[in-house]
Amino acid sequence: MIRIERRLTESRWLLLVVPIGSLIGAVVLSGIILFFTGHDPVDTWQRLLDRGFFAPGALSASLVQATPLLFTGLAAAAAFRMQTWNIGAEGQLYLGAVGASGIGIALSHQPAGVIIPAMVVAGIITGAAWAAIPGVLRAYTRTNEIITSLMLNYVAGLLMNYLIFDSHSYWRDLSTFEARVFPLGKYLSDAGNWPNLPITGIVIPLGFGLGIAAAAVLYVLYRSTTFGFEARVIGDSRAAAHYAGIRTRRKIVAVMALSGAFAGLGGASEIGDFRHVLDPRGLQQAGFGYAGIVVAALARLNPFAVVVVAVLLGGLSNAGFALQGATFPAGLVGTLQGLILFCALAGELLVHYRIRVRRPAGTAPIAPQPQASSAAGAGPA
Amino acid sequence: MVTAGRIPAVTMRGITKRFPGVVANDQVDFEALQGEVHALLGENGAGKSTLSNILTGLYRPDEGEVVIQGKPVTFRSPRDAIEAGVGMVHQHFRLAASFTVAENLVLGHRDAADRGLLLEPKVVEGRIADLSRRYRMPVNPRARIWQLSVGEQQRVEILKALYRGARILILDEPTSLLTPQEADDLFQTLRLMSAEQRTVIFISHKLEEVMAISNRVTVLRRGKVVGTVMTKETNQRELARMMVGRDVVFTQKKEGPAKAERTVVLELRGICANGDLGTPALREVNLSVHGGEIVGVAGVAGNGQRELAEVIAGMRRRTSGSMAVSGKPTRGGNPLEAIRRGIAYVPEDRLGTGVAPTLSVAENLVLKSYRRPPISTGGLLHHRRIRTNAEEVMTRFNISARGPQSPTRLLSGGNIQKVVLARELSGRPRVLVAASPTSGLDVAATDAVRALLLQAADQGDGVLLISEDLDEILALADRIAVLYGGRITGIVERQKAAVEELGLMMAGSTGAT
Repeated sequence: MIRIERRLTESRWLLLVVPIGSLIGAVVLSGIILFFTGHDPVDTWQRLLDRGFFAPGALSASLVQATPLLFTGLAAAAAFRMQTWNIGAEGQLYLGAVGASGIGIALSHQPAGVIIPAMVVAGIITGAAWAAIPGVLRAYTRTNEIITSLMLNYVAGLLMNYLIFDSHSYWRDLSTFEARVFPLGKYLSDAGNWPNLPITGIVIPLGFGLGIAAAAVLYVLYRSTTFGFEARVIGDSRAAAHYAGIRTRRKIVAVMALSGAFAGLGGASEIGDFRHVLDPRGLQQAGFGYAGIVVAALARLNPFAVVVVAVLLGGLSNAGFALQGATFPAGLVGTLQGLILFCALAGELLVHYRIRVRRPAGTAPIAPQPQASSAAGAGPA
Repeated sequence: MVTAGRIPAVTMRGITKRFPGVVANDQVDFEALQGEVHALLGENGAGKSTLSNILTGLYRPDEGEVVIQGKPVTFRSPRDAIEAGVGMVHQHFRLAASFTVAENLVLGHRDAADRGLLLEPKVVEGRIADLSRRYRMPVNPRARIWQLSVGEQQRVEILKALYRGARILILDEPTSLLTPQEADDLFQTLRLMSAEQRTVIFISHKLEEVMAISNRVTVLRRGKVVGTVMTKETNQRELARMMVGRDVVFTQKKEGPAKAERTVVLELRGICANGDLGTPALREVNLSVHGGEIVGVAGVAGNGQRELAEVIAGMRRRTSGSMAVSGKPTRGGNPLEAIRRGIAYVPEDRLGTGVAPTLSVAENLVLKSYRRPPISTGGLLHHRRIRTNAEEVMTRFNISARGPQSPTRLLSGGNIQKVVLARELSGRPRVLVAASPTSGLDVAATDAVRALLLQAADQGDGVLLISEDLDEILALADRIAVLYGGRITGIVERQKAAVEELGLMMAGSTGAT
């Protein structure tokens, strides 16, 4: 009989062995599928790695995908660390894009040194404000933030659609006849396009650099500040936080806003780095906000691990675009990507839990295991 | 006391049960005779509950055999145990609150008399009436469980076991929630049962009641049997030594506390507050605590103790009344204000409230001091100071843990409580509110916690000790206030306190002041 038990302690070597095991599992499983669909597994894997990371320009293209994932991953990590479930990075990213593009258009005659900081600040503020809504509802009316933040994603998506498709808003380009028939947003001026940071041939978007800085900020915040300490206490036990005199409600709003700020900055980067125009369809198709939750989970909410995971997932999805074609259907690409994520998340389970197989004889089927957490060494009395 | 028969009702031989990381029972031999009250004594974690869970079919032993009335048995589930005549009354009752007593008795039970789905209330109620008369356990079969007091609910649990034909009854810490009178009634019932050749296995860590009720005592320590002795031939001191492995002298408050500077450090006037359900839980509570004094608050759980502690600690709003610390009024309802005014609080729920369980010991030790230097400056934490603080405090308060960085939840209950007390006392409080500070702790840890409370009083703090354990209050408190129904029904000096009188006050009758 097979049982899954929570590990009492999480050993360090598992943290290394399990990801490698997951990777091998993913290679084997996808190899089987590739073989039976008539593709050469080794060749496919090689192409996947090439297109994702090693071919000329591949890493640069992957960073385009990785940058928004980095921000939404940080957004999820910031909130989840306090056990506050902000599922709304998607909508907060849209709002950040709306805010940043609005400011970018308004300041189009200004130099880059004015436009770009303004866009960054606008993205942060609008994203934070959007996230503060479910935060306030959670803190003061005890509304479930999972539901409210998720629902606000749809509101944010519809708001973007309204600004471009259903109204003559400030964001919409009405200067030409075509633009009036085929709705389109106003493009940023050249000064509003964020510069790249070329390092040894790889094109690094400014947003990616900001993302690494944001990861560092998040790391320091949680590790070394009283703000982060309070958030960790709240995440661990709200009763203990109340007992310690921590103002939990303010903190919930603050952490939600912080989370939204990261996502909003991601939205600003999408506009400034890549799209240069408010593009409702493109943003909604990408689903960066939801993917960010996966990034954060795989990174175990560690900000620096979020950077690494975002690059890996960015490469994976970039390779996917390159891989699909007449002989290689998009569905198969999705299957491969799904398998890799599945194996990675399944491996996560093994870090925290162990599977015990025991012979049926001499087992205690209904024995509730003494909870290590509650008994705390007292053991079964 | 009833003389016990010679026939073994239960024999357990070589029982071993392992859990991840612990051997809960290690080659345990245990025998209870027919018609005897057999006490199973041991500290928390000694393996008492594991042994009884094996006997009731909840766990299966890894090794060893169980023999009931001469027949070897293998229980696959609690149902098997019930059929073999083994009944258990758990410490936390397992009754359906919205069902009646009669319904609870037949719930999940099918016997030859009433096959089929239809209940026959008259038959069931008749049998309940018989049983409750026979064993002097008055209870109304039609009452719903939530309407009953804790003592009555326990009677229902015992009746349930008897109704199902239990010849062997196991009671796990049965007196922990009872008033002294209720405990006496329970003992009466148990004696009647043993007179009828039923076997009672009485699990406890309270020496006094073991001496009072049992014929024989088996002592467990760290999963092993230390020995089985006749109650008549032993005494509390010997049992305590067997249980702990060394001599124990319980800390007692010295007579005549230093009354030199008896300034009032905590003053409550007309405090009213609501409980979690929004109904009044405290009514017009007046109480004052002097520096250097321990005031005990006695009472049965659920009479406003938790609310009283929370109001003082700022965790619950008062609806009226006033509170002053060292003469200065407080606004109330704000834990931070209470902390700043020097109110230390040891909450009853130590693992969820007293500490943040997954944070490290070092972090929990600064849970109330992290806002100020030297722990933090300008919002930045100083990790090194947090660690040195932890090392220093852990040595001073004798906290054993793998290290300052180990998660607090992995500590034993006693060490967790020491973490809480160490933190609270190192904040230099004026008032220390301790709610059931030793509940669930073993003898050694209990003693350590009591010593810390006395030490706080010696340093001039006013201590408010809220406890259901009357012995503890009698051992430590200078004055004793009894809380019943949210009111203080009386305040007596320790020297003048009689247990019977306190018991009456705990049950609601207004005592002398």
